[in-house]
Amino acid sequence: MKMMLMKRRDFLKAGAAAGAMASLYGCAAGNKAGGHVVVVGGGFGGATVAKYLRMWSEGSVQVTLIERNPAFVSCPISNLVIAGTKSMEDITVSYDNLKSKWGVRVLQDDVLAIDTAKRSVKLAKGGDLSYDRVVLSPGIDFMFDQIPGLNNAAAQEKIMHAWKAGPQTVTLRQQLEAMKDGGTFAIAIPKAPYRCPPGPYERACVVADYFKKSKPKSKVVILDANEDVQSKKGLFVKAWNDLYKGVIEYRPNSEVKDVEVASKTAILEFDKFKADVLNIIPPHRAGNIAAQSGIKLINNRWVDVDWLSMESTSTPGVHVIGDAIFPAPTMPKSGHMANQHGKLTAAAIINLLAGQAPNPTPVVMNTCYSFVDAKNAIHVASIHQYDAATKLVQPVKGAGGVSAARNELEGKAAMGWAKNIWADMLA
Amino acid sequence: MKRLTAIAAVCLLASAGAHAADPNLARNLAATCANCHGTNGKAVPGAGMDSLAGESKAKLLQKLADFKSGDKPASIMHQITKGYTDEQLSLIADYYAAQK
Repeated sequence: MKMMLMKRRDFLKAGAAAGAMASLYGCAAGNKAGGHVVVVGGGFGGATVAKYLRMWSEGSVQVTLIERNPAFVSCPISNLVIAGTKSMEDITVSYDNLKSKWGVRVLQDDVLAIDTAKRSVKLAKGGDLSYDRVVLSPGIDFMFDQIPGLNNAAAQEKIMHAWKAGPQTVTLRQQLEAMKDGGTFAIAIPKAPYRCPPGPYERACVVADYFKKSKPKSKVVILDANEDVQSKKGLFVKAWNDLYKGVIEYRPNSEVKDVEVASKTAILEFDKFKADVLNIIPPHRAGNIAAQSGIKLINNRWVDVDWLSMESTSTPGVHVIGDAIFPAPTMPKSGHMANQHGKLTAAAIINLLAGQAPNPTPVVMNTCYSFVDAKNAIHVASIHQYDAATKLVQPVKGAGGVSAARNELEGKAAMGWAKNIWADMLA
Repeated sequence: MKRLTAIAAVCLLASAGAHAADPNLARNLAATCANCHGTNGKAVPGAGMDSLAGESKAKLLQKLADFKSGDKPASIMHQITKGYTDEQLSLIADYYAAQK
C-alpha cells in the first residue's frame, strides 16, 4: 500500500514536472489558444491586433475591440485633407469588416478603468468586461497643462492641434480657407519624442503648396521646440529651398510655452509670435488609460514594455502597443510601427494563451511617406530585429534609409501604402 | 511512467527547437511585409503594390536577392531587404509561395 502511494506521488510529481516543462519550454502539443482578449483603441495598432488575433487563432480566441469613434480616421494622409487635396471620406474606413468578416466584437464605447488584478475593464456605457489578456492601443493624450492658455475647453476649440485625425482636421482646413491672403500659418512642434516625427514638416509643405496656388502672399512659419528637423531633414530642407523659398520659414529652438488665444499669439521663452492661423501640437504622453491603469511609465509619459510580447514590464496580462510605448532605439511613433506592434502582439498572445513562449526572434519594420506637395513624396524606412543581449528590438545597421529625391512615383507609393495598410488592419 | 518520460523527452527536444525558432516564424516574418503588400500577400488591387501570394519561391527569392545586392533598381526595397537575413528572406518567400 505504501509502495502504491509512493508510486502515485511519483506519478503526480512526474506529471507536474512534464506540465511545468511544457509551459516553460513551449511544448504544449495539441494545446490551442483560447480565451478572451479585450483591445482598447481601434487605431493602427488596435485594429491590427484584433484582426490578426482572429485570423491567426482561426477564430479560437475571442476578441472585443473598444473604440470611442464610429469609424477609423487615418492620421497619415490627413495633412492632405488640411491642404485641401483629399477629403475626410478618403481617410475614413469602417469597422464593419472587422465585425462581419473577422468576428471581432466591436463596441463603440470608452474605457473608464482597468482592474489589472481582477483582469476586468470598466466601460463608460456601463458594465464590466473580463479578459484573459488586454491590449492597450490608446495612442496619445495631450499635456495641455504645459501650455496654460490652452488648458481649457474653449481654447481647445479655437487653437487646433489636428494631431488626431477627425473634427480638428476639418476645423484646421476651415481656418486655412477662411484666412486672408497675406496671412501667416504657424505650426508649433513639441520636443521629441512625439507622434509622427516627419508629420509637422509634411504639414508645413502641403499647406505652403496650397498657399502658393490659392493665397500666394501667405506664409508658413514652423516653430520647432527641437534644435533641428527631426526626420528626413535633407529632403525637407531641399523642398523648402527648391519649392517654398520665401514661403516657409523654419525656426528651431522655438518651444511654445503659452498661448494668447484671442490674438492667436504663441508665447516662446524670449519671444512672441502672432499668427493668423495658429496650429499648436502640445507635448503628449501615452493615452490616459495607461496611467490610470497603474502600469509602469517611463518619465511619467510612455509605457515600458517587454519586446518579445509587448507586455507591460510591471503588469502581467496587459500588453501595450503603438504611440503609447517607450520606443526602442530609433523607433518612430508611427501608424506603420503600431501595425507591426499589433502583429507581434497577436502572435505572442496566441502562443501565451496556448501555454507556449512568445517568438524569441521578433522583427518589426517601419515605412513612412511624407508629401512635400500634392503629388511628390519622400520616405524613410527602418528594420528592427530583436537583440537578446539588450532585450530590445534594434535597428539593423546598413539597412533602411531615406529617398534619393522627392518624386511622383513615391507620391503614388504613399497612397498605395495607405490603401494597403488600411486594408491590412480593417479589410 | 514510461509514456510521461517519453513526453518529457519530446518536450526537451522541442524546447531546443523552440528557442531557435517559433513554429510560426515564417508567418510572423511575412506579416511584416503585409502593410504594403497586403494581408497574406494579397495587395489591394489597383493601389500599385505587388501581390506576393502564390508567386513561386524561386522568383520571389531572386527579386529579393536582386534588391538586396542592388542589381534591381528600387525606390525603397533595396533598403528594406538589407534589414533581413538571407534565411529570413527565404522563410518569407516560402510563406508567400504557399499562399493561394
